Amino acid sequence: MFSRAYRTAVTAPPLLWVTVFLLVPYLLMFCYSFWSVSASQTMVHSWNFDNYRQLVTVPVYWQTLLRSIWIAARVTLFSLLLGYPLAYFLSFHAGAKKDLLYQLVIIPLWVSYLVRAYAWKTILGSDGVLNTLLQYVHLTKHPLEFLLYSPFAVVLTLTHIYTPFTFLPIYASLEHIPRTLVEASQDLGAPPLQTFWRVVFPLSIPGVLAGATFAFVLSLGDFLAPLLLGGPSGIMISNIVVSLFGAAYNWPLGAAISLCMLVLVVGLLFVSERLEQKWSFS
Amino acid sequence: MNVENPAVQGSRWLLLHAVLVFAFLYVPIAVLIVYSFNGAGVGGFPPRDLTLKWYRTLFADGAIWESVGNSLMVALGAVVIALGLGIPAALALDRARFPGQALFRRLVLLPLILPGIITGLSLLMLFNTAQTKLSLLTIVLGHGTALISVATTEVFAGLQKLDRAQEEASLDLGANYRQTFWRVTLPNLKLSIIGAALLIFTLSMDEIAVSFFLIGRNNTLPLEIWGRLRRGITPEINAISTIIFVFSWVAIVLWYRLRVSTEGPQETAAELVESAVQGD
Repeated sequence: MFSRAYRTAVTAPPLLWVTVFLLVPYLLMFCYSFWSVSASQTMVHSWNFDNYRQLVTVPVYWQTLLRSIWIAARVTLFSLLLGYPLAYFLSFHAGAKKDLLYQLVIIPLWVSYLVRAYAWKTILGSDGVLNTLLQYVHLTKHPLEFLLYSPFAVVLTLTHIYTPFTFLPIYASLEHIPRTLVEASQDLGAPPLQTFWRVVFPLSIPGVLAGATFAFVLSLGDFLAPLLLGGPSGIMISNIVVSLFGAAYNWPLGAAISLCMLVLVVGLLFVSERLEQKWSFS
Repeated sequence: MNVENPAVQGSRWLLLHAVLVFAFLYVPIAVLIVYSFNGAGVGGFPPRDLTLKWYRTLFADGAIWESVGNSLMVALGAVVIALGLGIPAALALDRARFPGQALFRRLVLLPLILPGIITGLSLLMLFNTAQTKLSLLTIVLGHGTALISVATTEVFAGLQKLDRAQEEASLDLGANYRQTFWRVTLPNLKLSIIGAALLIFTLSMDEIAVSFFLIGRNNTLPLEIWGRLRRGITPEINAISTIIFVFSWVAIVLWYRLRVSTEGPQETAAELVESAVQGD
């Protein structure tokens, strides 16, 4: 029912914009990753794989990447451990309070990222709220130094930030499970735990995958929480990229790392999508 | 006899778990707010010397308010760009078929799930190549581009619920496409569009990763706060954070009400995460 002119009018502007401001920049990133910087700090447009060779041969790069993956994996795991039972509770046991509780989960979701990371900094510092509280009640004599400026602080803060994101798709998938299925399982004599593992959980896997992918990818690329709370041992791969684009002035190497991250993210999305299709019953 | 039904027992553990998760989510926010009134600084238990002096310092702080003004302008610009392109993009995905459509959809939604650093850096390389000077305008372009994803998702969801018969009737009765769009399609999408605008505005006000790389001479509010965090912290930051919290809370509750009135509560917000991951 829509004429060719109509379809062109709605398609052309966003297509053009997306090409100029998304596609071209990614292609530029790709080009940069093969260039280099001369001793006089000018860009040399010679094409070679030196940057990628450095990523493999210089330990600090792949070690930091591995550490970032490890931090992101822990954030994902903890977000699932916190988010899944909460979603299950809201969906199956919250009764009339469901809607109110749901709103309570999504409010922190869009409370400033920076504000929440800062809040954790004031809690975990050596004269922060937690340490002074512990000393006030005489549980410890000296401040616990490992709380702030450690991978622990980064994992804790990112878990705080991504738990509501993980919760959302899990909750949605639980809400879509027909309650008659659960009743049928119970009527046929399955104990609650068996009903959960054989009926509810398999049907919620697409939600789990969506939430886990989201938490993993966004915490993997984070550089603000590590800068604010990570200290030297909590440095992540994006912090290296930031310094390469800043003081270290090596854009091509930074572009190579960013491109690796981009490929990793797109690959993960692809895998997650395939797995979701496999587990989706609708 | 004190044998309990295992289902009842299980739901008690779930309740306890839920209480703990809510504490984990809200205690940091509560601490932040309480210490904005703390005369003795950002740390130290118990809080003491309750005072409004940090708010007074804040209201007299010219640099902060200048950055608030910058952020408001950036957010408005981002809303205009994201809606201006997100609405047609949603219409295109709903109504047109063209080669590369799947790639286009994926590309539009990618910034939703891509770490901000990649969006920010790739745009930095674009502006550098085009020899564009970094300024608030480059941040507007960055936010606008990244948030087309949100506008597209929200408006597309609205279009799915739109009754096409109305548009058909309008066309049959002799209205042209332009009239039909302004008088039938757009009014029907009103709630989706307002919801998208609220969300884009809030996300832009808070955005820091993309802005971090595209910043010129003038700071946005998050970058101004970021700069201060690096220099040493005072409860003035708690005070501005408390104010930001109140405003984003109001915006999110408004957005939530809008979404609940257009569709069931359980769909709300989840599909943003889902479409980010699944690209559809």
